[in-house]
Parts: sequence; C-alpha cells; structure tokens
Amino acid sequence: MSMASVHSSTPVPAVSHATETGALEEKVAVRKLNFFYGGNRALKDVNVPLYTKRVTAFIGPSGCGKSTLLRILNRVYDLYPNQRAEGEVLLDGKNILDPGQDLNLLRSRVGMVFQKPTPFPMSIYENIAFGVRLYERPPKAELDSRVEQALRRAALWDEVKDKLAANGLSLSGGQQQRLCIARTVAVKPEVILLDEPCSALDPISTAKIEELIDELKDDYTIAIVTHNMQQAARCSDFTAFMYLGELVEFDTTSKMFTTPTDRRTQDYITGRFG
Amino acid sequence: MPSAGRQSVVDVALQGAALEEPVSMTRSRTLARFRFRDDAFRNITRAAAISVLAILGGVILSLLVGSWPAIKAFGFGFLVSEQWDPVADKYGALAPIYGTLVTSAVAMLIAVPLGLLITLFLTELCPMWLRRPIGIAIELLAGIPSIIYGIWGLFVFAPFLQATLQPALINLFGPVPILSDLFAGPPFGIGMLTAGLILAIMVLPFITSVSRDVFDAVPPVLKEAAYGLGCTTSEVVRHVVLPYTRVGVIGGVMLALGRALGETMAVTFVIGNAHRVSASLLAPGTTISATIANEFTEAVGDLYTAALIELGLILFVITFIVLAIARYMLMRIERRIG
Amino acid sequence: MMTLYQRRKLRNHVVIFFSLAATAIGLGWLAVILGTLLYHGAAGLSLSVFTENTPPPAAQGGLLNPIVGSLIMTTLAVLIGTPVGIFAGTYMAEYGRFSRLTHVVRFINDILLSAPSIVVGLFVYDIMVPPMHGFSGLSGAVALAVLVIPVVVRTTEDMLALVPRELREAASALGMPLAYVIGKVSYRAARAGIVTGILLAVARISGETAPLLFTAFNNQFFSANLLRPMASLPAVIFFFALSPYEEWKALAWTGALIVTMAVLALSITARALASSRKTS
Repeated sequence: MSMASVHSSTPVPAVSHATETGALEEKVAVRKLNFFYGGNRALKDVNVPLYTKRVTAFIGPSGCGKSTLLRILNRVYDLYPNQRAEGEVLLDGKNILDPGQDLNLLRSRVGMVFQKPTPFPMSIYENIAFGVRLYERPPKAELDSRVEQALRRAALWDEVKDKLAANGLSLSGGQQQRLCIARTVAVKPEVILLDEPCSALDPISTAKIEELIDELKDDYTIAIVTHNMQQAARCSDFTAFMYLGELVEFDTTSKMFTTPTDRRTQDYITGRFG
Repeated sequence: MPSAGRQSVVDVALQGAALEEPVSMTRSRTLARFRFRDDAFRNITRAAAISVLAILGGVILSLLVGSWPAIKAFGFGFLVSEQWDPVADKYGALAPIYGTLVTSAVAMLIAVPLGLLITLFLTELCPMWLRRPIGIAIELLAGIPSIIYGIWGLFVFAPFLQATLQPALINLFGPVPILSDLFAGPPFGIGMLTAGLILAIMVLPFITSVSRDVFDAVPPVLKEAAYGLGCTTSEVVRHVVLPYTRVGVIGGVMLALGRALGETMAVTFVIGNAHRVSASLLAPGTTISATIANEFTEAVGDLYTAALIELGLILFVITFIVLAIARYMLMRIERRIG
Repeated sequence: MMTLYQRRKLRNHVVIFFSLAATAIGLGWLAVILGTLLYHGAAGLSLSVFTENTPPPAAQGGLLNPIVGSLIMTTLAVLIGTPVGIFAGTYMAEYGRFSRLTHVVRFINDILLSAPSIVVGLFVYDIMVPPMHGFSGLSGAVALAVLVIPVVVRTTEDMLALVPRELREAASALGMPLAYVIGKVSYRAARAGIVTGILLAVARISGETAPLLFTAFNNQFFSANLLRPMASLPAVIFFFALSPYEEWKALAWTGALIVTMAVLALSITARALASSRKTS
C-alpha cells in the first residue's frame, strides 16, 4: 500500500476540527505511563491525549502495546495481580491510577467494547437493561425506552425489535458486537474504548460499525485500537502510532497518513513492516 | 525380441517372486502371530469393560433377588409404613427413607451456599499464591474417611452441639409457632440435625471442586466485559458467572447429593438409630444406610434380612437416579469445555 | 437513605465477607477434625499398638490384627481390581474409543464411582458369604476390589486418552499392531497417571468400613486366613467406638489416626506424582 493510495482513495476525516486546536479539551491525558507484566516493561513513558468528543486511533504492529494502553484507561488490568501501571492517567484532570480511585465509578464513565463480542448469558433486552439498572432504577416504561434508544444508537433496533426476549447469543457476530456497543452506550459513559472491535467481524458488519463510530463521536470521546490502517484513516480524527511500547508519533489523522514526521511511522504506514 | 543376454519379462518376474517368497512368508507368519495377540488382547480388554456392566447388573440382580421375600410380603405398603418390629416380623421403610431425605436436605441446604461462597473466594478474591494450598486443603476434607467423621461426630461434635447449638435453637424457636416443632425436644446431641451437619462438611468439597472447574472455564473476556460496565465482584458472579455455569454447578450439586444420600459411617454414629419419623430435627432418627449397617449382621430370619436388602434396593435406585442426572449434566459441560 | 450505588457497594462487601467466612469455616472444620484426631489418637500411640492384638473388653492391647488384616485385604483388592480396571480403561481409550459400548460403560462406571459402598457390601455378601458359609477375608477383599475398579477405569481411560494421537500413529505406521502400540507406547506415556489412579483407589478403600461389615466382618484374634473372618482397622474402629469400654474407645481413636494418616499420605503422594508428571 503506498502513501499515494492512502492520500487519494480514503475519505479525509473531519480535518476542520483540527484547525481549531484552541477549542480542543483533553478529556483524558496520559502522562509518563509505564506498564509492567511482572518484570517485563510493556509501555515506556507514554504521553498521549484523548480530545473530547473526538476519535483517536491507536495503530502499530502486534505487541506494540496499543491494547495494553487501552486497558489501562478503564483499569481492567487491575483484575490480574501480575500487572501494574506507573505514571498518571488524568480523566478530567483527576488521576485514575490513584489507589483511592473507585473502580466501579470509573468504569461507569469509561466504557469498553472488546475484540470478541461478549453478550451476557441473558436476553437481548436484559443485556442492555442490566447495565442501566446498575446505576438507575427507572420505571418499566422508561427502561423500555432506554433500551430502545441504546439499540437504535447501535443501529440494531430494527433487526431485534421483535425478538428482544431472545438470548443474546442467538445473534450473528456482527449483531452481537453491536449489542455490546448498545450495552456500553446505555450506561451513558463519557469515554468509549474500542479494542479492535471489528477484527472478528465480516466486512459488512465492519462497515456498519464504522458508520456507528462516526455518529457516536458527537456525544462520546472515543479511543479505538485497530490493526487495520485504512480503518484508522477512515474513522479517526487523531492517530497515535506505537512501536515496541513507545508512543512514536501522535498527530491529526490526515497529517499522520500523508506527511508523518518519524521514519518508523512512515515505514509502518507504507507497509514496510508489521 | 528376447536375445541371448536378455531374459523375458515373465522370467524376470518369476525369478524375483521366487527370491521374495521366503521373506514374505516369515513376515506374514509374524503378522499372523501379532494378529492373534492383538485379537486376544482386544478380547480381554473388552471383557474387562463388559465386566463393569456386569457388576452393575449383578448389584441390581442380587438386590432384587435378596429383597424379593420382603417385596412379596409388604408390597408398596413398605414405603409408607413406619413400623419396624423384628419380633412380629413387620417392617416399613418410612422412617429410614424420611431420615435419609431429611439429613441429605439439611446437608445440601448448608453445603451448597457454603461451597459456592468458597468457590467465589477461590476464583475471584483469593491471592494467586494461596489458591492451590486452600484448594488442596478443602479437597482433603473429601479424603478423610467417613468413619473418622463418624467417631469425631460422636465423641466431639455431638456433645458440643448438645451443650451449645441445640439449647440455643430450642430457646430461639420455642415461642415461634411451627418452627418450634422443627427444633423441639431435649437436646440429645445426636440426631438428624447433627447428622445433616456432618454430611454437609463431607460433601462440601464435591461442590467446591466441580464449581471451581466450571467457574475457571468462564471466558475471561466475559468477566472483563461485566467489570468494564462497572459491576462489582458479587454482581459479576451473580449475573454473569452463575448463569453461564449453571448446568455445571447443578451437576456438582447432584453429585454431592448422591454422596450424601448413600453415606453410611458418618451418619450411623450420630443419627440415634430410632425407627421414628419425628417432626423435630433435633430428634433421633435413622437413615437407610445406618439401618442396614447397624442391623444386618444381627438380623435373624429371612424376612428381616430381605427387608434390609429391600432398603438397600431403594437406596440404590434413589442414588442411581440422582447420580445419573448429575452425570448427564456434567457430560454436557465437559463437551462444551473440552 | 442510601443511593443505589452505595447499596450495591454494601451488597458487594457483605457477599465478600460471607465468602471469606465460608472459607474460614471450611478450613476451620479441617483443622478441628484433624486436631481432635491427633489429640485423641496420639495419646494412645505406642509400640504396643503395632505389636499386640486387639484386647478383650476392658483390657489393654494393640491393633496388630486389624492392621495386618487391612493390609492383606487392601493388597488383594488392588491385585484383583487393578488389572480389570486397567484393561477396561484400555479398551475404552484404545480399541473401542468411539463405540457405543464405551459410552455406556463410561456412564455406568461414573455412577458406580459414587454409588453407596454399603450396597456393594450387600452385593458381595449375596454372592460370596452364603456359599462360603460365613464371613471371610476373601469376600472383604472382593468387596474392596469392586470399589477399586471404577476409580482405576476412570483414571486409566483419562490418562490413555491424553497420549498424543501422533505417538500412536507413528507407532502404527511402523507396522506395529495395536496391542504392541498400547503396550510399548501408550502405557509407558501414561504410566505415572495410571499409578496415580491406583494410589487414589487405595486411598479410597483404606477408609471404607460399610462394605467390610457384611463380608469380612471382624476377628478378635490374629488371623491371616482369607477363608475366615478377618479383622480390619475400619471395622475395629466401628465396633470399638460404639462400645462402652474406655480402652476400646481409646484404641478406636488411635486406629482412626493411623487410617487417616495413611489415607492422607497416599493422597498427597498421588497428587505430588500427578503434578511432577505435569512439569516433567
């Protein structure tokens, strides 16, 4: 894949926002982040911002640490005793790596969609209602409408509105993933983390989800990890290129894919490695 | 056209065949020997496998034949009669069956929540380095022979209960209607409640070990997704892990129930051996296995012996059904995991 | 009035508390049982326990004849039950791997594994005691063998099934008939696991009492005669514990300690063997 084809065949994302850099807030700011799997250092002094209501893509070859970074943002690594993070991750100015941070509260503000679709062993309706009920106890009518809203947001409503009582696992892979997105959105987070959300899906489902991301960006700050560079170029406003645990380059997507600063970025984007 | 120095194709072929004849003869003889041994081995092993079925068949047959006199004499009334009179040669299985069901029910009511809570601890909360030791310790409970539970129960546990728990229960529920009947009567120490408690400790490891296997098989992504929504640990287990592992957990519970129903030694020492159906859990009673263990060697008369064997038949049928259900459920789980 | 969030947190803490308490209770039971066993049983431990026979009521003595009886019957049970179990497991894992017979046998075997041992006692009583005109060590050994078989079948089948397919295929490709393949390749690969299974079976039957009560019964005197009633530790514990004599009850505790130590030692050995196989 040559730089020229990136430039000409993929639609350039909303570049206009980038010129108003002054109007951009940092929803999440990662500062000097180091991460360890046991004695093994997987992330080295990473500094990167996630701007409010923008899509930031993380690209890089396998093992570069992009998924690791994402999983720090909602502290899901905390479930595993061997893993630890040092440094700062500021969400609206407050460091979420602080031991006093309430994890359940954090995860209600930062939602995550995983690579493999993970519907819970419940009905489609319950999958969504379950999340809502964690934080609110709305009356049935309101709950119904919240569920409908979330499913519409995930572009799934028309396909499942007649079978809300069916088990979540009865849906196709792409539908399951959209169900997971609906579930995440129903909880009304502020940030949504997407960890290679389309890698297990067929092209049609992938296209639907990419459309979704474009709409969701109006309300949520989004970070997406992807090994598919075209996807990053299509969907995101900003891109971060990572290599061997370091953040090599961070810039607006259009600039990153046309005139990258670092040699390694250029090599990766042109397909010289990875 | 064959010339002097060249032979016809046929001659060459025949020569070659003649050369190879001896080699292939010994080889085929060797192979025939192998095949004989192979067939013999196959038949021996198949006979051994069939013998497992023969054991089951033998058990059922001997129980049926042995209990036939009693079946003929008492018919279905055997199942509902509380009478147990060796002098008059009149027997009824109601008290033993009642005791078996009650003690097992008490055991399960205690062991299932306890076991699941322990499994929750081991799979979600316990630090890594403690997991194996604690897991092994819990399984050691299953390794202790049941007669040890029996004498421990008789000499240590029962007196302890007599002094502490039983009076407390009697006083606590005394003024409460209905429940006062359940916990009534002098604190003997021994009795159905004591037997149930000991059974609970015995079957606890069965529930934890099966539950642990199925809990560990839940895909980590699923749990991460639930935590990612902001669920607390108890919510993840209750709403995601338990529904996912439901079949396996039930299989483990049925396995534990099968064990509890058939347990002899742990119960015999502390049940009190009274052929009575009592409302109170603190009263002495008897179970099928305890009755057989206590009376079989002293039973005189064919009808007495036959009645005891019929009790054994009833026990076998009940446990067979429970264990078959357990096996079936665990088979479905194993297919999904493996 | 608590917020929803606070209620959820509280519920979580309550559940965590109870799960910790449950674990403590479970471990506590183990400690209490082993502790009292040690306390009561060790008091009576002395050399005479291993050298003198069981005493008449209200007299001192030892546990020689039940220990010997248990050893004899356990050994015999293993000698009878292990070959049957290994052969049956071999058939299920090698020859009849996908056959209907194997499915049925596996199902039945697993049920027999957990079946009430007292029923096994009744079964062996029925087929052996009347023909032999009385109790005998032999029928006791047979009853124990019936309990050994399902354990050995299960572990043998599981262990043989773990032998990699490629190993078998390579041997067969050399022209080896199946019996040879099994003998020279599969058994060797699964050896540690099968031995573990045998140890587990021995641990299981060492503490079994109920099946012995109607088969070998008991013998006050020393007897190594398989055709006569034979004493065993579990049976002696049973009769002595239920008696009114203090000396007998003390011996029952000591016997219980010996049995438990033996069973735990066997289980731990089996476990150590299993995990060393995994790491090697």
